[in-house]
Amino acid sequence: MVAGIGLKEMTPAMAGEATRIDGEAAAREFAGIVEAHRPQIFRFLLASTRDVDLAETLTQECFLKAHRNWDNFRGESSAMTWLMRIAINLEKDYWRNRRLQFWRHTRTNSVDLDEASEWLPSGERSVEHHLIAKEKVAQVWRVVASLSGRQRTIFLLRYVEELELADIARSTGLSEGTVKAHLSRAVNKVRAEVKGKSR
Amino acid sequence: MTLHRDSEDMSQMDEALEQTLRDFRSSAHAWSESEYSRPHRPVRVHRTSWRVAASWALGCALALGSVAGGVYERHHVKEQAKIAAAATARQHKLDAERRIENEDLFAKVDRDVSREVPSAMEPLAQLMGDDSTE
Repeated sequence: MVAGIGLKEMTPAMAGEATRIDGEAAAREFAGIVEAHRPQIFRFLLASTRDVDLAETLTQECFLKAHRNWDNFRGESSAMTWLMRIAINLEKDYWRNRRLQFWRHTRTNSVDLDEASEWLPSGERSVEHHLIAKEKVAQVWRVVASLSGRQRTIFLLRYVEELELADIARSTGLSEGTVKAHLSRAVNKVRAEVKGKSR
Repeated sequence: MTLHRDSEDMSQMDEALEQTLRDFRSSAHAWSESEYSRPHRPVRVHRTSWRVAASWALGCALALGSVAGGVYERHHVKEQAKIAAAATARQHKLDAERRIENEDLFAKVDRDVSREVPSAMEPLAQLMGDDSTE
């Protein structure tokens, strides 16, 4: 009742002011989301495409799209899951368009698979162990590059972003069972490669 | 025993695999952090629509040119073949006419020569006739 009286007594100027304050709060909230999740989205897209420029472009597009649809975000899933879903769809669209527009880009800027493994921190390991670890990481990058788009996405979300299966299912729009099956196939491929090469 | 060794191998393998996957994650994180902390480069600008249109126009012009060139070349070759065939026919006709003319001339010469000059063997034949009578 009090609220009803309050609304009734609200002048257009006050309503405008309230809208402005709401808008500012939403903008602040969105800025916080960008700051918190941008590195993770960029990392996923970088691991997925191995192309720094493309990962930056898609990250920007992801947040642009998220900003446009921010009002529609109902918080049914976490912001991270929502953003990841946008990023996955953007990446899918990119590869689909690229297949259709094969004449536009004849080369990719993807980093070489061996180069990608160069980023492994040496930690406390001896030089020899570090080299062996780097070789194994390069093998994993090779397997990841050979996976289907869906398997690669699921594998990266699980083993790079460390998302739970339920979150992966929400991000990809698949059932948990399907996610498990894809993940199992991807891990088997990695296991076969690592085991095969280490013999 | 073999089964036990296999399961031991498997558990060691899985440990190794887990370590490899952890290393893979570390490499992805390190690479991403390094690229992310780098000063942002200008985002790659996609080719504008007029460039795409120009590419299409150029492509179409090239394709059209190739087709037109092919058609012209085919037509040209046909014309050349026609001209060559006509020239050959004309030449054959001329050759035939010339051959007939030559044959007529030779026949005429033969006739003239046989009428004006006696046979070269005639005196010898006469001598032979005289010998036999004797």
